Amino acid sequence: MLNPDSVGRTFAGTDVITISQSEVDAFCAVVGEADTTIAPPTFTIRITLTQFEAILTQPEIGLDWTRLVHGDQKFEIFSPIKSGDALTCDATIESYRVAAGNEIVSVRSDLHRGKDLVVSAWSTLVVRA
Amino acid sequence: MIEVGTELPEKVFYLDRALLKQYADASGDQNPIHQNEEFAVSVGLPNVIAHGMLTMALVGKYVSDFAEGAENVLEFGARFTKPVIVPAGEKVDLTVTASVSEIADGKVSLSLTATSAGVKVLGMAKAVVKK
Repeated sequence: MLNPDSVGRTFAGTDVITISQSEVDAFCAVVGEADTTIAPPTFTIRITLTQFEAILTQPEIGLDWTRLVHGDQKFEIFSPIKSGDALTCDATIESYRVAAGNEIVSVRSDLHRGKDLVVSAWSTLVVRA
Repeated sequence: MIEVGTELPEKVFYLDRALLKQYADASGDQNPIHQNEEFAVSVGLPNVIAHGMLTMALVGKYVSDFAEGAENVLEFGARFTKPVIVPAGEKVDLTVTASVSEIADGKVSLSLTATSAGVKVLGMAKAVVKK
């Protein structure tokens, strides 16, 4: 079970993540995108889901990642992501509830380039009973 | 000329196990339910399923094409309602359509539909693009 005290907490990402052209190329290749100068709209999930996993599975938070399914996902893109972007990423646990034994956690991740917010991503994650 | 209610052309993507592996490597999501049939069945799934985010990435390509470039995609969201089931040795469809739900301030909102084998796999799928 998730520790309810963690709701509302924001966790700063530890490292600056620099986007490489090969990462963008690989993502574009999956969807058949020929223009690799801009990352596809869902590209930043590569950063945010990994970060959510690292945060939410900490012993003090206590989410069981092995029984997790993705409920919904939303992106707001304020500035397109490109190769060479150096991004920081912080995550906030926005809400948590239990329904029919399933744990439902909503997390938001904000990616910044320097001081500028470039992408906000919301994920609803469901840990099945 | 597009207006509210305009239906956009359908596009069909095809998914197979190789694409799931390719997406796992591109996204970093190596959950075995997307690659290993024995494991998927052991956790109660009918078969290997596609990453919800792979489905969304493909629908994102549809949105980028409409927007004439990923740089024009401002918002994109969806709910994962049913899995896309990908049996070994098969290519399964992801059929995407959309209609224009709003036009305002140089922005166009799309209401998107995605089905696989006739089953709706995304709910509340919406995008806002600069156009």
